[in-house]
Amino acid sequence: MNIKKILPQLLTLLVVILIFGFFSYNAQVNMENRGITFGYGFLSQESSFDVQFSLIEYDGSHSYFRAYLVGLLNTILVSVIGIIFATIIGVVVGIARLSNNYLINRTAAVYVEFFRNIPLLLQIFFWYFAALRALPLPQDTEPMFGFFFLTIKGFFVPAFVWNNLDVFIYSLIAAIISIIFVRIYARKKQENEGIQTPVLSISIGLLIILPILSFLFGGVDASVEVPVIKQLSQTGFTYEGGIKLPPELISLALALSLYTATFIAECVRAGVQGVSKGQKEAAASIGLTPNQVLKLVVMPQALRIIIPPTTNQYLNLTKNSSLAAAIAYPDLVLVFAGTALMQTGRAIEIVSITMLTYLSLSISISILMNWYNKKIAIKEK
Amino acid sequence: MFKYLKQLTSLVAMVAVLFTFTTETMAAKKSKTLKNTQKKGFVRCGVSQGLPGFSNADAAGNWTGVDVDVCRAVAAAVLGDANKVKFTPLSAKERFTALTSNEIDILSRNTTWTLSRDADIGLTFVGVNFYDGQGFMVRKNSGYSSVNDFKNGISACTNLGTTTELNMRDFFNSKGISYEPVTFEKADEVVAAYDAGRCDTYTTDKSGLAAQRIKLSSPDDHIVLPETISKEPLGPVVRQGDSVWEDIVRWSLNVMIEAEEYGVNSANADSMKTSDNPAVKRLVGAEGELGAALGLDNDWSLRIIKQVGNYGESYKRNIADTGILPDRGPNELWTKGGILYVPPAR
Repeated sequence: MNIKKILPQLLTLLVVILIFGFFSYNAQVNMENRGITFGYGFLSQESSFDVQFSLIEYDGSHSYFRAYLVGLLNTILVSVIGIIFATIIGVVVGIARLSNNYLINRTAAVYVEFFRNIPLLLQIFFWYFAALRALPLPQDTEPMFGFFFLTIKGFFVPAFVWNNLDVFIYSLIAAIISIIFVRIYARKKQENEGIQTPVLSISIGLLIILPILSFLFGGVDASVEVPVIKQLSQTGFTYEGGIKLPPELISLALALSLYTATFIAECVRAGVQGVSKGQKEAAASIGLTPNQVLKLVVMPQALRIIIPPTTNQYLNLTKNSSLAAAIAYPDLVLVFAGTALMQTGRAIEIVSITMLTYLSLSISISILMNWYNKKIAIKEK
Repeated sequence: MFKYLKQLTSLVAMVAVLFTFTTETMAAKKSKTLKNTQKKGFVRCGVSQGLPGFSNADAAGNWTGVDVDVCRAVAAAVLGDANKVKFTPLSAKERFTALTSNEIDILSRNTTWTLSRDADIGLTFVGVNFYDGQGFMVRKNSGYSSVNDFKNGISACTNLGTTTELNMRDFFNSKGISYEPVTFEKADEVVAAYDAGRCDTYTTDKSGLAAQRIKLSSPDDHIVLPETISKEPLGPVVRQGDSVWEDIVRWSLNVMIEAEEYGVNSANADSMKTSDNPAVKRLVGAEGELGAALGLDNDWSLRIIKQVGNYGESYKRNIADTGILPDRGPNELWTKGGILYVPPAR
């Protein structure tokens, strides 16, 4: 009985091992024949190429591993920005599609149908070259609010120069911890005495007051560094100082969020429509206000339907960010699987690392979303 | 007596046929690539995705360019027809993998010969068909007249995965200038971004700059700065480990250059068979057994010259007459002040 159960499993395992063994042996033989060596030692060598945009300090004198980190962080950055904006746009559009106002729900429907039916790569090219065509040259730009400069060479924003930044961060952490305590306290109070505490206003208050205290008593000091225009040649200009967001990042994030938002909007619509009408009517009949109906009855049930498919969209967005190479945004594929691969010629090593990296990124997002999904699932008692 | 003579000639002919057959099969046996190419009936050639003058397809899908002509020459030598080539357009990123993984047999794609590429990644460079160097293109109205005018914060557009990226860093570092590299996977996007004003300068091989300049919205508003910041010997590449194939590609290129040196061209090649110069006669297959050494027949070089032309004809047709680089510069024969100098075909 036991052997009957185990035998097929063992055979399957054996076949899988044989297949992998065959492919790695084959690759080994072919590489040997062509005089290609295999190894990950190159990661510590000097990379000798520069990258236009990096979150950590990097130039060509750093190692290939550092270049890998630069690419990875840029991928994470554009994915996080994309996920945040896609979620916001998606929720708004999803709810707008359910609106009773004809104009609003038609506009939302047209947006969804339009953006989800055009290939993403085309959209990326469109936004990038549209941005390049539409944005002014550095010398022609009008400052936004006096300090922000949107130009063809990038979005130049003021940077904060901090003194005692660590104290400020501690004050933020303290604020967040106290908010968690307030929420626990408020829930207990409601369960025991039935009295509601205004958690939201207390939280906002804490988030403002504690950092202000750090300025007053913690010696924290911030000054603003405003970008200044700089002449490069008779007709060429750029901005110096502040933070520069390259147009590649902006158009990629824009394209990714507008595209993915259409799918999220449909998830949201499906989720809200999935809650039966009787639930809303019952909630209204026990005297809940419309806001409370949405917050306490509809959303908790809708979220259970929304979260799993939305997780897929987050994963898609992260993987789609690899199209960045087409428009010169230095993500993992462009920096590591592009330039680094070309300069070292180590295709198998670099592609394997890149694949593992995307796999880990996707699994991390899945784990996070599954945890959240479990948290909001019905707890059967 | 007459009867015997006839038998004797047929015997000689048979032996000759047998002999050439065995030498041919021996070379073919040694070269897997040659055997496969003859079996398939076409040469598999990797080219660029469109670089006028070097490898560029017209609307009808006909490829032209000096890089294309190297593959055509090999096809003429090996298969007898310069048109029996299958071209595969490759990005800078894909090119070496395509060659080492057996997708193509010759990579003739404005590729710079460097030590690490030659020695490290399973490739062998067979020669140089264009001596180039990296330069910078800028807008005329910028007032830049030399790379020494560049200032901190300049942004430079270029192609991903090229020696250009490395040279650019070496150059700006040595000048102590901070710069912003904007690297695209395809040349068309580089041109579009530079044209729109995303970058202050566009840097790549000077021949590439001259060719891409034509694609800009108003080519006359742009100039290529005089400085050359690197050596870029461009040439065809083959897989490591097939020395017969390597020799065939190398000597197909060399024959084109040597033909120009001796004044043999597509028009006069046939009449050169009766030349007084033994070097010329060897070149058109009227003397010597040069083809056999490569596992080919003796007319291989004649076919190259007749069907593709000599190097000068190829250069004139693809690069000079198209207005890309009318001046041959270093790509002139050594006898005329250039550095084109190939070993003798003998």
